[in-house]
Amino acid sequence: MAHEWIFIGILLLLGIVFAALPIVVNSIIAPRKPHPLKNETYECGMETVGDTWIQFKVQYYIFSLVFVIFDVEIVFLFPWAVAYKELPFFAVVEGVIFIVILAGGLLYAWRKGALDWV
Amino acid sequence: MTVSQILFILFALATLVAAYLVVTVRNLIHAALWLVASLLGIAAIFVMLDASFMATVEVVLYVGAIAILIVFAVMLTRRVMEDVGSQRTDNWWFAAILSGLFFASTSILIWFTKWPNLPEGDVGDTVLILGKSLVDPNKYVIPFEVASVLLIVALIGSIAVALPSKQSE
Amino acid sequence: MPEVRVGDLLVSLYDLLGWGLSELGLYPSVVSILQKLVAGFILANFCLLTPLLTIWLERKVSARFQDRLGPNRVGPYGLFQGFADIVKLITKEDITPAGADKTVFNIGPVLAVMSVLGIWAVIPFTSTMVGTDINVGILYSVAVGAIGTLAIMMGGWASNNKYALLGSFRTVSQLVSYEVPMIIALLIPTLLAGSMRMNTIVQEQQVWFIVAAPIAGLIFLISGIAEVGRAPFDLLEAESEIVAGFHVEYTGMKFGVWMLAEFLHAFTVSAITAVVFLGGWRGPWVDQYPLLGIVYFLIKTYLVSMLMLWIRVTVPRVRIDQMNDLNWKFLVPLSLAVLVMTALVDKLIPVDFSAGSRSLILFLVNIVIVVATLLVLRGVSRKEQAAQSDLQAEVNSI
Repeated sequence: MAHEWIFIGILLLLGIVFAALPIVVNSIIAPRKPHPLKNETYECGMETVGDTWIQFKVQYYIFSLVFVIFDVEIVFLFPWAVAYKELPFFAVVEGVIFIVILAGGLLYAWRKGALDWV
Repeated sequence: MTVSQILFILFALATLVAAYLVVTVRNLIHAALWLVASLLGIAAIFVMLDASFMATVEVVLYVGAIAILIVFAVMLTRRVMEDVGSQRTDNWWFAAILSGLFFASTSILIWFTKWPNLPEGDVGDTVLILGKSLVDPNKYVIPFEVASVLLIVALIGSIAVALPSKQSE
Repeated sequence: MPEVRVGDLLVSLYDLLGWGLSELGLYPSVVSILQKLVAGFILANFCLLTPLLTIWLERKVSARFQDRLGPNRVGPYGLFQGFADIVKLITKEDITPAGADKTVFNIGPVLAVMSVLGIWAVIPFTSTMVGTDINVGILYSVAVGAIGTLAIMMGGWASNNKYALLGSFRTVSQLVSYEVPMIIALLIPTLLAGSMRMNTIVQEQQVWFIVAAPIAGLIFLISGIAEVGRAPFDLLEAESEIVAGFHVEYTGMKFGVWMLAEFLHAFTVSAITAVVFLGGWRGPWVDQYPLLGIVYFLIKTYLVSMLMLWIRVTVPRVRIDQMNDLNWKFLVPLSLAVLVMTALVDKLIPVDFSAGSRSLILFLVNIVIVVATLLVLRGVSRKEQAAQSDLQAEVNSI
């Protein structure tokens, strides 16, 4: 079964080569006229003030947290879905219980306001 | 030296080198990216062991979710990103002895355990077998449901910790 | 010498190449690796040249939507506009901003293209022609797509630019949020087909899965549009708001490679929709002439791609809080509900029902879910309207 993945390895390597090729060609044939003004960071034509850091907005982090939890849940559900056709009805109900417990978690996050973008 | 042995040595070396660079590189973002590289090396080793589901799950969870979480956390606290102090504390010799002892004991444990043999031949679709045993009352259904409870505990806990308190705004 | 079957031309040529190489006396494993290298090369070329045709089609069609002509100077009907753009981009100067992290800055676009190209390894073109039919095909395509998200993060951070960093945060949080309904929507065809292999999913579609699971198909399409960052979810590169987002500091061909990755990703999501929900290479006469499968597959993929384009030119851009609300408060609960209902109902249908009647029953279940959702939404909007009018009454009474 591992030999099926050889093609994937070949394609990923080819992908890197095919993506790097235009960039390399570009850096060879493009004109090179360095000027200190060209290397400045772009801010709609104005000069940057202060360090390059932005306000800590905790919402980004909370969305990733909720995503991790749901990702693990879905990954657990994939073997259940693959074996679905050969399972008795009781086993399907077990999977549904799994989903319902996690839907309860989503409801908790919703009511707590963790899913709002303030 | 068969091809698969050479491949395994290559992937294992790549993973070890990436793991070493995670702890020694000074720039935190580079350390996070080397972590991603070592995780991809582990996924490749899973593939060589015929555990393609585990490899895919590892990429989806670790690279797709947890690495992004780590990189978010590092980027959002950008003030402390450059590690400019010395890489060693005063007690480094004690830590070295302790970790050497740990490495030796784990190696002896792994070397002298009688591991069960993998079943010979083609066992069929491993994902199907995994799915059936996850909901089989004689096998793993209790850990399956407990896992969902564990996940909901993790969700509630992380929201309780990370959410800014509403009363102060 | 293996015979060349006209009905299955490309696979016969592949076998012929293998026979020819082994006649040269090479080891069988080396022969198979060389075969795969040639096949991978052709597939990669196809993937990198298809966006040129798709971009031309998109520019022409969206121009007609907007009552203008689109490119019509370069070549007949403007067909060579893509090549002209490439030539322009390749001769632009390559500027790296000061203070940027050079290695990470350069790896970003390369990783993005690599991740999208990796998805094409599992997509079935015909019943016999698939890159490699691994047993975790669907989950693999999700996994490799997740690497592209990481590449965007790297690109945005390495630019040493406040707006690029902000843009990459917003992008990654959008891409990561919309993966949840996308994967849940992919669980339903897996359930109905009983396997994660892409070719098995196509073969099990005697009736297309869009009939048995229309809501899942719609959720997958919407999440797919959000995943690739096309309108209405293109706040990732909203020029008027965030100054082109995470790729603001990229010039020349690196920018071209980012654009290529984005278009190719959109085309890939259309291809996955066509395979998983619209029956892939299925169509009349594919049993005798498997090569026709490519034609059907490409027609369906282009149909979905044009549907995405139609949505793009029609709908305005969403705000970021609307986007997050749509995902976590609407799509995720809806997809979980559809999954639970489909799993329960499909098990309750007796086994000896034909595929057509099975799909019909599931279609009716989906209609019931749609009606229930609309009722819930009506109730919610009525509550909001009541609260609004109460507020208005309060304001007026002051």
